[in-house]
Amino acid sequence: MAAESGPGVRSIAAPLVNAEIKPYFDAAAEGKLLIKRCRDCGEAHFYPRSICPHCFSERTEWQASAGAGTVYSYSVMRVGGPFVIAYVTLDEGPTMLTNIVDCDPESVRIGQRVRVVFRPTDGDSVVPMFAPA
Amino acid sequence: MGACIAGIFEHPARKAPDKSVAQLHAEVAKGALQDAGLSREDVDGYFCAGDAPGLGPLSMVDYLGLKVRHVDSTDTGGSSYLIHVAHAAQAIAAGKCNVALVTLAGRPRSEGSSGTQPRSWAAAAPDGPFEVPYGAATVNMYAMAAMRHMHEFGTTSEQLAWIKVAASHHAQHNAHAMLREVVTVEQVLASPMIADPLHRLDCCVVSDGGGALVVAREEVARSLGRPCIRVRGMGEATKGQDGGKLDITTSAAVHSGRIAFEEAGVTPADIRYASIYDSFTITVLIQLEDLGFCAKGEGGRFVADGNLISGVGKLAFNTDGGGLCNNHPANRGGMTKIIEAVRQLRGEAHPEVQVPNLELALVQGMGGVLSSRHGSATLILERA
Repeated sequence: MAAESGPGVRSIAAPLVNAEIKPYFDAAAEGKLLIKRCRDCGEAHFYPRSICPHCFSERTEWQASAGAGTVYSYSVMRVGGPFVIAYVTLDEGPTMLTNIVDCDPESVRIGQRVRVVFRPTDGDSVVPMFAPA
Repeated sequence: MGACIAGIFEHPARKAPDKSVAQLHAEVAKGALQDAGLSREDVDGYFCAGDAPGLGPLSMVDYLGLKVRHVDSTDTGGSSYLIHVAHAAQAIAAGKCNVALVTLAGRPRSEGSSGTQPRSWAAAAPDGPFEVPYGAATVNMYAMAAMRHMHEFGTTSEQLAWIKVAASHHAQHNAHAMLREVVTVEQVLASPMIADPLHRLDCCVVSDGGGALVVAREEVARSLGRPCIRVRGMGEATKGQDGGKLDITTSAAVHSGRIAFEEAGVTPADIRYASIYDSFTITVLIQLEDLGFCAKGEGGRFVADGNLISGVGKLAFNTDGGGLCNNHPANRGGMTKIIEAVRQLRGEAHPEVQVPNLELALVQGMGGVLSSRHGSATLILERA
């Protein structure tokens, strides 16, 4: 998948992927958003870790997110933009950093419902972003 | 007996294209020792953070020709230097050193680095892969804290602008300040939007320069014939994303402040001067709430109408102009916050901004990024 280019399209820096988080980016390449959930305390967390940040158990497992969420906060970056950085709270619980795309940046609001989409980066990886639901 | 800040020095340069970072560290070290009336040979402890070139303190100890028996390179970004003062006081109390030197210097202005760019160290951090692709920079991350604060509490851009207005009223008296023009709320709102809702004038300056402190055992400090500024309370804390359970309208200053106030045995009502870390206007507002100067959500009303202007409002803040107007060397503002608080306690601030008969001052620092992960440190200083 090649990154889009042209006016108004931001260069998306590729993440540095290591073994611990490779399943997340492998899934993203297939159009799936994964989060981690702990089999001991039952809590979901983000960003994904091998050991649960809530209870320190190593019994964490990957779980598919439905990819639906709500904008917790956002900002329209005017320098090198406009593009919208946002925190989106997934319906599964955790809040994740992302971009809001496929919409007028001026239209984004806190509380807005969004759904996951996937975008190629400058490298090999694909990353999840969100668009209005 | 405790530990005192016995020497301070703020580099006068705001742009230093022809100097090295190590050289700037050495210049501020000389300045602070001269201010204290001590010599390099008196220094037996050295403290620095990530702005110091080299591995931890090793290169700078060697560059400066120090002979030390205690080092500490704790790095919590811009709040590091407050933690260094606290750790120096603890090291002195534990008998590990008598005279601690703390230095900060950097050249982000000459090197073209600013808060609109992604952070260079972020890529290899465990959180980096989940932030770097999204264009997370310092300014848009703090902007999200401001946006959420406005959403939850009705805080307005006009209220945030008052923080810059107050800083500019102070900076007009500082010959070294980068921005000396007094600005109005309207001028702040008319400045270009950088990352909604933060305008250019909601942001601190980018400057070269640096500063240094000498923290000495109280017996040593008292022998020097200079005003003795004792470290009365200190607190440090960190806050992150808590595995995705975010709360970006409250900072770790809730904890560092409480610890410092308890140790000092005072309350916010006792504080008439505060140096408050001011990377952005929202940074000041949230920390003031978290320190207890007003209730959570009341920060906008607290800072409005000149309440932070010395001689006008109830709480004089950043009377050197702060990071918003004076300087922000190495993109790390904690050092200059401490220096101005010491000037105030010595009675050596500019006469137009000096708080009369000041005996207590608070210094609040924040490093890293408020809305992702940050370190907070609080100092309560007193004229001994």
